Amino acid sequence: MRVLIIEDDLETSDFLVKALGECGHVADAAGDGEVGLEQARLSSYDVLIIDRMLPKRDGLNVIETLRSEGAQTPVLILSALGEVDDRVNGLRAGGDDYLTKPYAFSELLARVEALARRSQPEEGETRYVVGDLVLDRLSRKVTRSGEAITLQPREFRLLEYLMKHAGQVVTRTMLLENVWHYHFDPQTNVIDVHISRLRSKIDKDFVMPLLHTVRGAGYMVSDSAD
Amino acid sequence: MTALIKFFQTTTFRLSMTYFALFGAAATVAIAYIYWNTTILLSRQLEQTIQAEIQGLQEQYKQGGMAQLAATVAERSQTPGNSLYLVTDSRARHIAGNLQKVSPELWSTVGRVEFVYRRPAEGGPEKRLAFASVFRLPGGFRLIVGRDIEDRREFGRIISSTVLWGLGVMAILGIGGGYLVSRNLLSRIEAVTATSRTIMSGDLTGRVPISGSGDELDRLSQSLNDMLDRIEQLMNGLREVSDNIAHDLKTPLNRLRNRVEGALRDPSGEAAYREALERTIEEADDLIRTFNALLSIARLEAGAAGKTLEDVDLALVVKDVAELYEPLAEEQGLTLSVDAPDGVMLVGDRQLLGQALANLIDNAIKYGAPVAKPREAKSDILDDISVYVRHCGEIAEIAVEDHGVGIPAQERDRVLKRFVRLEASRSRPGSGLGLSLAAAVAHLHNGEIRLEDNQPGLKVVLGLPLKQGGLSLELNNRASA
Repeated sequence: MRVLIIEDDLETSDFLVKALGECGHVADAAGDGEVGLEQARLSSYDVLIIDRMLPKRDGLNVIETLRSEGAQTPVLILSALGEVDDRVNGLRAGGDDYLTKPYAFSELLARVEALARRSQPEEGETRYVVGDLVLDRLSRKVTRSGEAITLQPREFRLLEYLMKHAGQVVTRTMLLENVWHYHFDPQTNVIDVHISRLRSKIDKDFVMPLLHTVRGAGYMVSDSAD
Repeated sequence: MTALIKFFQTTTFRLSMTYFALFGAAATVAIAYIYWNTTILLSRQLEQTIQAEIQGLQEQYKQGGMAQLAATVAERSQTPGNSLYLVTDSRARHIAGNLQKVSPELWSTVGRVEFVYRRPAEGGPEKRLAFASVFRLPGGFRLIVGRDIEDRREFGRIISSTVLWGLGVMAILGIGGGYLVSRNLLSRIEAVTATSRTIMSGDLTGRVPISGSGDELDRLSQSLNDMLDRIEQLMNGLREVSDNIAHDLKTPLNRLRNRVEGALRDPSGEAAYREALERTIEEADDLIRTFNALLSIARLEAGAAGKTLEDVDLALVVKDVAELYEPLAEEQGLTLSVDAPDGVMLVGDRQLLGQALANLIDNAIKYGAPVAKPREAKSDILDDISVYVRHCGEIAEIAVEDHGVGIPAQERDRVLKRFVRLEASRSRPGSGLGLSLAAAVAHLHNGEIRLEDNQPGLKVVLGLPLKQGGLSLELNNRASA
């Protein structure tokens, strides 16, 4: 996956380039809005990571310009401004996701990978399959090894989101944002309890677990044992 | 001198001067109009009277010639009044009439004329103004018929002195009144200026004095004072935040630093480093969380956040958040019930309301576990934690009730402050910011937060106005859009 980081803080962008590289991605860095815009126009990237406040050209302006030129590349906005209205402004400008500084790298990585997946034309899929677990989005039914599993509506949405991002790490914040549509910090880790409930329904009587906890990052649905 | 100039420069003084000029002009015009019309009327009457006299005398003359004319004039001269007559021969000798002597100029003119004559009076002869017609009769005789118009002149004098005196009095009253009003107003404005100087010099406690008359200046002073109250409150909030940061963020920062230093000195190698680093990251995350919560509260209290307004269905928010926390409650062995009738709508910030409620439920789960009790006592309690929405007139109430240890009445105000944690809760995770944030969210929606005794346990109520609540927020929103 190719990632462009437009960020004026050299230390941050060096760290991101290196860390993304360690995770098998190719990352380039641009130090200001003008250079970043040029670079985003010239070569094709899977995801753009854009800081909101940039020298020469504001981050939101870079996104708006790219969008007005027809570029569809997913954008993750990084910002120190974390209030709901800042987020709304960022998404309105054409950003696809919004991450507030300071952030954990695992959170950034999970979001970048989720964004890259989003850009692939899989949105219209009606069935998600991971191993012997099948989720039918139309009939809203879930089966494992052919056996029907009864889920509450919210559990269904939780599993749907996890399976949509099968093989990718999904963080707790991502789940709260995408399944519950809340952006606040729930203090106690309520998400963990929901996950363990879901896990007891889909993994309990099976040898091979599908819903994995990724330490220090989040959760992942995958049929490869690791 | 400068003080006087200052008076002349005040708005009130200028205003009273303008009024003086306008009223003066209006009064002058009105009196002049009356004078002018009266003069015209009097002139016409005078003309008619003289004309009638002349006509009468003419007839006498036609009937009996000079002799009868002189006789009639002599007779009429006896009647007291303002009529004046004189008949002379060709050498200007007096034949008949009450006029004794006239000037040669008058003598030589013919037709209408105004002149001054002498009339005998108690204190000697007085000069009076007259108006007359002069005729030449055959044989060099002259006839003068006129009327005394001194009264009319007097009338004119009275009118003009009225105007002058009137204007004079008005000028004195206007300038004097303007001066007094300006001085009064100026002293009150000076009080406002003095207060603002005090505040500029750094003392935020100064307030504008209020006279108590309830006039517009009082209202202005009142709203200035309200504004100052708000500013002082914000400043105090800011000061409190910096104090909080000093006290409650420095401690964990110091702990974090100590840990890193300790790890550096630890010779036991990579495993120890790794563990220390992981702990450091955890602590950094906690710090970030606390910092974010503090910032949110500060922004909420300053009214700078919560501009993402929408129609919020409280039932939906309550059900969503309760559903989010229900498994956690169950894991703690607590039951959580929700009672939220549909259709309680208000204009607000869904995220913030959700977060406030989440904090309340989180608290209830952490601290609201029922204290151990005999079985039968517990049986009348249906649920350990109940969350409900109620509609009380113009107010929507969201309440979270638990049956835990509760909070003593004297501590209830204190726990709403930042970082305040009661002794019993110190051992558990938490930042002491949850209730502060909920309170800030309630205030942002023009509502309030109440802590009550649930006998036993704690009941926290968010009272949010249904209509006005959204309104002021909405205005904020429009202004910033």
